[in-house]
Amino acid sequence: MSDHSMDDIKSHVKVYMLVFASLAVLTVVTVAASYMDLSSGEAIFLALIIATIKGSLVASYFMHLISEKALITWILMITFVFFFILMFIPTIAFFDWVNIS
Amino acid sequence: MEIPYTVEERPDTGLINSKLGIWLFLASEVMLFGGLFSAYVFLRLGAPDGAFHEWGQDLNVPLATLNTLILISSSVTMVMSWASLKMNDFKKFKMYMGITLLCSVGFLVIKYIEYTSKFHHGIFPSTNTFMAIYFTLTGLHGLHIIGGMIVNGFLMGPGSKMWKTEPEHFTNRIEIAGLYWHFVDLVWIFLFPVLYLL
Repeated sequence: MSDHSMDDIKSHVKVYMLVFASLAVLTVVTVAASYMDLSSGEAIFLALIIATIKGSLVASYFMHLISEKALITWILMITFVFFFILMFIPTIAFFDWVNIS
Repeated sequence: MEIPYTVEERPDTGLINSKLGIWLFLASEVMLFGGLFSAYVFLRLGAPDGAFHEWGQDLNVPLATLNTLILISSSVTMVMSWASLKMNDFKKFKMYMGITLLCSVGFLVIKYIEYTSKFHHGIFPSTNTFMAIYFTLTGLHGLHIIGGMIVNGFLMGPGSKMWKTEPEHFTNRIEIAGLYWHFVDLVWIFLFPVLYLL
């Protein structure tokens, strides 16, 4: 990100403000959604979708991932593969109660 | 010895060393928090039906919502402090960095109010598995906030002398500190619904 002209940065600033507004709105939306009468499955799905959108906005624009070098994208893709494996480990344990009681 | 490739990009990676370094560190952070999120799923599945949701009802949603907004604002001011340096405006950099630090203090104060009100009501990590993972996750996140404040405080104070001698190198330092700070914000974006709303 070292080769930016002044105008580039100025247009970036506009994007930052837009992202800020979107994040604030989505925060309110996710809180409002939690007061709606949803089943727990629906509520979890909705909350995680909104959080993922917010997270992607932060990562893409504030962390500049949208214009970042391929090497970093690769590192993150590998990280997320391991992250999802980590998330599935408890699910495996959940289906393997055999010797518990 | 001088650290190489702080301003020039390294030819084989196409990146300055510090940027590759911070991203590798953040990747390890994803796994650190990932392990705890995984523990959350495990404890939630292991709790009696609906109990996890019930145990979370004691948390203060309005305060946490305010904290979410504070942290998002601090992320914007952080990126603005970097953009100000890119536009050669050192005064604005100081101002935005100052606001970022104020937001971090505000976040911790609210977190302190939340924690102490829990303790006054006799709620501790040992109360139930929800509170155990709640205090662990928010506690670790809080430590990350403190870590970020130390770095940002240094860069705003004594570290900012570098702007006079090596402005490009200093601007890159702010970008790297920013990447860490946005990550801490990102973690909270997931912690907030998972702990307070579900």
